Amino acid sequence: MTVDHTVQVRINGEHRRVAEGISISELVSELGFDPVRVAVERNLEVVPRSTLGDAKVEDGDDFEIVRFVGGG
Amino acid sequence: MNVQSPVQGDTWTVAGRTFTSRLIVGTGKYKSLEENAAAVTASGAEIVTVAVRRVNVSNPNEPMLTDFIDPKKITYLPNTAGCFTADDAIRTLRLAREAGGWNLVKLEVLGEAKTLYPDMRETLRATEVLVNEGFEPMVYCVDDPIAAKQLEEAGAVAIMPLGAPIGSGLGIQNRVTIRLIVEGAKVPVLVDAGVGTASDAAEAMELGCDGVLMNTAIAEAKEPVMMARAMKAAVEAGRLAYLAGRMQKRRYADPSSPLAGLI
Repeated sequence: MTVDHTVQVRINGEHRRVAEGISISELVSELGFDPVRVAVERNLEVVPRSTLGDAKVEDGDDFEIVRFVGGG
Repeated sequence: MNVQSPVQGDTWTVAGRTFTSRLIVGTGKYKSLEENAAAVTASGAEIVTVAVRRVNVSNPNEPMLTDFIDPKKITYLPNTAGCFTADDAIRTLRLAREAGGWNLVKLEVLGEAKTLYPDMRETLRATEVLVNEGFEPMVYCVDDPIAAKQLEEAGAVAIMPLGAPIGSGLGIQNRVTIRLIVEGAKVPVLVDAGVGTASDAAEAMELGCDGVLMNTAIAEAKEPVMMARAMKAAVEAGRLAYLAGRMQKRRYADPSSPLAGLI
């Protein structure tokens, strides 16, 4: 946490600063994705979709945001 | 989707879900999502395999597979292709379950990049963990009847032995072991990997398999949509031939026209 009210997180391996106190759902939307079409893992734990709106982003969180793509 | 069965009422059931089409197709390696969707339609497949990958944070407006292949009409079967450990595969499928909202998944744990042969020790371990967590895993495996039995005992809802290495197009290398697996299994058996052309798919069905899964054979054909049609026909032909019961082989000729009444 810093004076500019941001926290540092990692999203899909890349460091980013995001506003302090936002929910994971808001984070996903801010990145330009529809929260109902992705799945989110935080610090190796899947975050159930139903709780994305309540779960707050914490300083140091490590996120994986995934979707379905073509594959064999 | 209204799919016409080659034989009235000939369906197959995996983990309580009943399907008419016995062809499962992958969605990788296509030139475009449009071509991919057209090939799926031509194949008549009711199930497609999909991969789970990171979203592209730098381009959120990338087209999505779900815009082209509707998961409400076609069952998405999330796959762990590219995972080399049980832990990676389990982690991937936990995310897949959250993205899709269902438990039916395809497990594959690979042993090495060169052959993409499955690592059966890790595969069995992952199957046990997944079943314990309520997943219904269809499991990619070696064409070994003992390994297949062990997977079934661990709770695999379908056994998916390779016909040949993934993406090789070599066709079924060991008909005997595929048949042994079919005869020993109480869950559906689907040949997964190795199909190169239509006759390979027909052969899998003639051996009594419940279905066939393929990706490269369609995606890398010069005309993927036409090949998808060919595979649909081949799977149906092979299934019909299996149900019809083939004639016995003979070592010598047996005339088809009667010998009596010859002038």
